[in-house]
Amino acid sequence: MAGVLIGLAAALAGCQREERQLRLDPPVADALDKIALMPNRIGGAPPEVYFKLGKPYEANAYNLSQGKRLYTWFGCKSCHGDGQGGSGPAFLDGWWYYGPELVSIFASIRDGRPHGMPMFGDKMTTDQIWQLAGYVQTIGSYEGQTAAPSRNDEKQARPAENRAPAKLLFDEGPSPVHLDQGPTP
Amino acid sequence: MNRPATAPDTHDTDIARTRLTSALAKTWKTPPGFWGALTTVDHKIIGRRYIFTAFVFLALGGVLAALMRLQLAQPEARLIGPDRYNQIFTMHGANMMFLFAVPVMEAVAVYLVPLMVGTRNIAFPRLNAFSYWIYLAGGALLWTAFALDMGPDVGWFAYVPLSGPQYGAGKRADIWAQMITFTELSALAIAVELVVTIFKQRAPGMTLDRIPVFVWAMLVTSFLVIMAMPAVMIASTGLILDRLVGTHFYNPAEGGDVLLWQHLFWFFGHPEVYIIFLPAAGMVSTMIEPFARRPAFGYLGLVMALIATGILAFGLWVHHMFVAGLPRLGDSFFTASSMAIAVPAGIQMFCWLATLWDGRPVFKTPLLFIMGFIVTFVIGGLTGVMVASVPFDTQVHDTYFVVAHFHYVLIGGAVFPLLGAVHYWFPKLTGRMMSETLGRWSFWLIIVGFNATFFPMHILGLEGMPRRIYTYQPDLPWHGLNVFVSLSSIVLTIGFLLFFINVFRSARFGEVAPDNPWDAPTLEWATTSPPPSYNFPRIPVVGSLHPLWDDRDTLPVADGLRTDRRELIVTTLASAGPQAREASPRNSIWPLLAAVATTIMLIWSIFSPWAVVWGSIPIAVALIGWFWPKGTPEDES
Amino acid sequence: MIRAASKAGLSAMLVVPLTGCGGNWQSALDVYGSAAISLKHLIILIVAVCSVVWMLVMIALIAALWRNRDARSSSPEPGRERRMTMAVIGAVVATVLIISTFTVMSFIATRALTVASQDDLTVRVRGLQWWWGLEYVGPDPSHRFETANEIHIPVGRNVRLQLEGLDVIHSFWVPSLAGKQDLVPGRPNELTIRVERAGVYRGQCAEFCGMQHAHMALLVIAEPQEDFDKWATAQRQVATPPTDEEAAAGLRTFLTKPCAACHTVRGTAAAGTTGPDLTHVGSRRTIASGMFETTRGSLAAWIADPQTIKPGNNMPLVPLTPDELRAVSAYLASLK
Repeated sequence: MAGVLIGLAAALAGCQREERQLRLDPPVADALDKIALMPNRIGGAPPEVYFKLGKPYEANAYNLSQGKRLYTWFGCKSCHGDGQGGSGPAFLDGWWYYGPELVSIFASIRDGRPHGMPMFGDKMTTDQIWQLAGYVQTIGSYEGQTAAPSRNDEKQARPAENRAPAKLLFDEGPSPVHLDQGPTP
Repeated sequence: MNRPATAPDTHDTDIARTRLTSALAKTWKTPPGFWGALTTVDHKIIGRRYIFTAFVFLALGGVLAALMRLQLAQPEARLIGPDRYNQIFTMHGANMMFLFAVPVMEAVAVYLVPLMVGTRNIAFPRLNAFSYWIYLAGGALLWTAFALDMGPDVGWFAYVPLSGPQYGAGKRADIWAQMITFTELSALAIAVELVVTIFKQRAPGMTLDRIPVFVWAMLVTSFLVIMAMPAVMIASTGLILDRLVGTHFYNPAEGGDVLLWQHLFWFFGHPEVYIIFLPAAGMVSTMIEPFARRPAFGYLGLVMALIATGILAFGLWVHHMFVAGLPRLGDSFFTASSMAIAVPAGIQMFCWLATLWDGRPVFKTPLLFIMGFIVTFVIGGLTGVMVASVPFDTQVHDTYFVVAHFHYVLIGGAVFPLLGAVHYWFPKLTGRMMSETLGRWSFWLIIVGFNATFFPMHILGLEGMPRRIYTYQPDLPWHGLNVFVSLSSIVLTIGFLLFFINVFRSARFGEVAPDNPWDAPTLEWATTSPPPSYNFPRIPVVGSLHPLWDDRDTLPVADGLRTDRRELIVTTLASAGPQAREASPRNSIWPLLAAVATTIMLIWSIFSPWAVVWGSIPIAVALIGWFWPKGTPEDES
Repeated sequence: MIRAASKAGLSAMLVVPLTGCGGNWQSALDVYGSAAISLKHLIILIVAVCSVVWMLVMIALIAALWRNRDARSSSPEPGRERRMTMAVIGAVVATVLIISTFTVMSFIATRALTVASQDDLTVRVRGLQWWWGLEYVGPDPSHRFETANEIHIPVGRNVRLQLEGLDVIHSFWVPSLAGKQDLVPGRPNELTIRVERAGVYRGQCAEFCGMQHAHMALLVIAEPQEDFDKWATAQRQVATPPTDEEAAAGLRTFLTKPCAACHTVRGTAAAGTTGPDLTHVGSRRTIASGMFETTRGSLAAWIADPQTIKPGNNMPLVPLTPDELRAVSAYLASLK
C-alpha cells in the first residue's frame, strides 16, 4: 500500500509535467509575448500569464521535447552544434552571455543578439520560441531534470539533456568545452 | 514463535475427524482482521483476491472500450481528442493483456491447482503473496498514471521509435515499460509456483496420466511464461535504459535496431496469446466432462495438443512483422509455422466435439459458454489462419480485421471459457450457486452482443479501416458499420453487467452449494464448498483420472501428516509416489514488505538510475527478513 | 474568433465528399492495382474455404448437442471410441491438407508480388509525423522534384516506391493497389505498384505513429502516360509569380511570417524543409494529408487554426490578420 501511495505522490508531482497543451489561444500567446526585459536586454520578468499557466515551459516534458525538435528544425545546430557550440556559443559550458534566465533566452531567440544571432521572432510563433527557450536552458543545466528530453535517435557526442550534460562534461575536467573561457563557469 | 513439542497425537493418524479438522483449522488458519489479510499465504484467499482484482481491471478496461466505441460512432467526433484517445486504446490493450487476461488465468490456477492436485497449499506460498502485491502495485501504477493524464500513449506494443526517447515525451512510455516489469514479475512468480506444485505436490497416485487437463494446461502455460516473459522484460528494460540513461539498443544511428524491439516484443507477444488461450482450453476440457457426462474424449490427444501448442508458440512471432520488410523467404517459413498451430487447436476442437457427440449434454450455463466458445473461437482460429498467410496479411495487417480476429480469439477463445469457469467453480469459491436464469440471460446477451460488435470489424478492415485511429473522415464508407458496432457494444455491455450482477447477488443470496453440485470428477470437488483453510482433512489418494467418478463413495486418503504444523506431501515427479513430508510456510508480513520495497525501487527507477542502487537496500532488508532461518526442519522423508 | 470561423469552415468542409472516384476507393475488396487484384483473389478463396470449414464445425456441434440419443450407458464403449478416434484423425488430416494448401498458395502469391525492375519510375516516399514527403527521382538528375501527399503514376507501368521512415515507423497502404509495407527508420523498404485503370486511390498510414495517425492519408492518382508527363513537367517548374495583387500580398506575408521557415516554395525565398513542399500546393487535390479538398476556403481554415483541425500536428497556429489570411490562402490556392 505504501508503494501505491508513493506512486500516487510521484505521479501527482509529475502530473503537470505530462500535460500536453497543443493549442495556445491567440490572446494567451499574445500575452506570453509581452516579457519585461531590463534596459540592457539581459534578464527581466516573464509576463504574469506565464506564472498563471504554471511556468509551462520549464518543467513540462511535452514542451521541452517539442523544443528539442524545434532546435533541429530551425537550424540551431548549424551554429550551436548539439550544444557544444560552433560558430555560435556553446550552451554546455555554463556560460550564458545574456544570463541564464528563461526570459533572456526567449529574448535572444525572438529578437536576436549582436554578433550573429539572428532574430527568430518572424520565423516562429511565441509558443514555439518559449518551447525552444525552455529546451535550450536544459542543455546547459547543471541538474538533470526528469522532464528534460533524452537522447535523439542519432549519433551522439554528449550525454542527453536529462543526464545534465553540462555538469557531466564539466566533471570530466580539465579540458574546457569552450577553450577561450577556461574551465570554471 | 514457540510450537508445542511433537507429541504422538500431532500426526493425523487414527484421530477422530472432528479433532483432526479443528487441529488442522488452527494450524492453517488465516487470522481474521486487517493484519491477517496482509500476512496471509493461503492460496485460496490470494487466488480469490487475484481473481477479484483481475475482474475489476476487466470492468475498467471495458469502460475504456465503451469510450472508444462512443468516439468512433461518429466520423470526426470531437468527444475525445487524439492525445486522450491514444492513451485510452493503449490502456485498454495493456490493461486487458497484462492486468486482466494473463493474471486472471494464473489466478484461477492459484486457487484451483492445489485443490485439483490434492494438496494443502501452493508451493512457495509467500512468493504467491508477494506476487499478488506486486501485481496490484503494477496495476495501480498504470491506472494512477492514466487518471493523471500521463497514461502511456504508445500502444500496448510500444513500438520504438515512437516509444523511444526522441518521440515519447515525458514518462508515459516509461510507465508502460515499468508496468510490464511489475506484471511479468508477478506472472513469473506464479509460473514457478505452479510448476513446482504440479510436479512435486500432487496427491499420491496422481501419475502424469491422471492429472486433470486444466492442470496440464497450467503446467504448459507456466513454462510458456517462464520462457516468454524474460524476452519482454529485456525489451522493456532496454527501452527504459534508452530513455533514461541514453543507451542505444534501439537507435539505428549508433548500431541499435528498431526491429530488435519488435523481435523481442513478439517473441513474448505471441506466446502471450497462448498463455491466455491454453488455460482456457484446459478449462473447457475439464468443464466439458460433467456437462457431457462422460470423460473428455482423447485425453492423450488433448494433453499432447497443449504441449505442441506450447512449443509451436515460440516459432511464429514473425507473423506480427510480415510488413516490416523482412526477407520474404523467412516470412514464408513463419507462414508455415503459424498455419501449423491450427493442427493442435484442431485436435482439441475435434476432441471436444467428439466428447459432446458421445456424451449426454446437460444444458447449464457453463456448457452454454462452452458452446459459445466453440462457435466464436473457430472463427477466430480461421481468421488466424488467414492472417498467417503473408500476402493475405499485407492487406489486413493493422486493420480492424485484425482487431476482430484477436477479439474472437481472446474473448471467444479465453473470456467465454473463463465466464463459464466462473459459473462452474463459483460454488467452490463462495459456497453458493450462481443464478441459472441470470446466467442464461447474460450468456445470450454476451454472445449476440459480441458477434454483432466484432464480426462487422472484419468487413471494416477489408474496407480499409486501419487500427488505432482516433477518428475517420466522413467521406470514407465506414460510418454505417461503426454505428452498428457501437450500438451492438451496448448489448455486449449489458450482458457483462448482468454477469457482474449475477456474481454479486449470488455471492450474497445464492443457493447454498453442496460439495459437488455438478457431479464433477476432479479432486477440488472432494472437499467442502468453500474448502477449509487446509483444503483436505486427509490428503486423497488418486487411483484414476476421474477419482470422484471411479471411487464415488470412498475416496481413499493418506495419513501421517502432522496437524500441529503446516505440512504437505511431496511426491515423485512421474509416478506421484510419496517422497517426503514438507513444511509449508506460515503467514508472514515479509512478502508485503518486500513487495513495497520492490515497488518503490521500480517506480523510482523510472526517474533516476540511482534508484536501482539505493532502492536495493530496503529490498535486501525485506528479503533477509523473509528468508531468516527458522531453525525448524524443512522436510522429513 | 478565428477559432470559431475555422470550426464553421471545418464542419462545412467535412461534409464535402471528395469527388473524382467511384466505389470504395480505399478498400482491399475494390481493387485496381495488379498486386491488389491477385491478393483479392487469394483473400476470397481462403475466406470461402474457411467459411465452409466453419459451417462444417457448426453442423458437427449442432448434431453433437441435439442428436437423438439411444438410451445407453455413459461409459465409453470400445467400438464407439474407435470410430470416434478415426473421425478425429480424419478431421485432423483434413486440417493438415487445408493449411498445407494455404501455405503453398501464399508462398506462390508472395513470389508473384515481389517483382521490380531497375528502369522503372522511382518515387521516394518518406513517412513523417503526419504527412508523406515524396521525391521523384529518375536517371536524369534534373528530373527530380519534390511534392507531398499525392503520388501521380502512369497507368500500366511498374512504379518503384522507396519507403523511408524519417521519424517513427509508418506504413504505406493503398489497399486498392497493393498490400502494405512499413517505413522503418534505418531500414529502407521497397514496394512496387502497378495500376491498370486511371483513377484516384486513397491510402493511409497503417502503423500507429502518434497523435495524428488517423489523419495521415495520401492519394495515388493514376493517369495515362501523357497526362503524367505533363503533370511531372509542371511539377518540375518553379512556382509562377503571383499575378494579381491579393496573391502578391499573400506571397509577401508568406515570406515574412513563420510560414517560410518550414515550407518551400521553389522560385521564392521560402526554403524550409520541415513541412511539405508547397510549390504546387494548389494543384494537389487535398491539403493537410487528405484532410480537405484544396480550396481557398479550406486553405484559410487550415492556416487559421491547424491545432483545432488536427490537434498535435507540427504546424503552429500563426497569428494572422483577416487580410493576411485571405491573401495567403489566395496565394497558396494560386500555386497550381
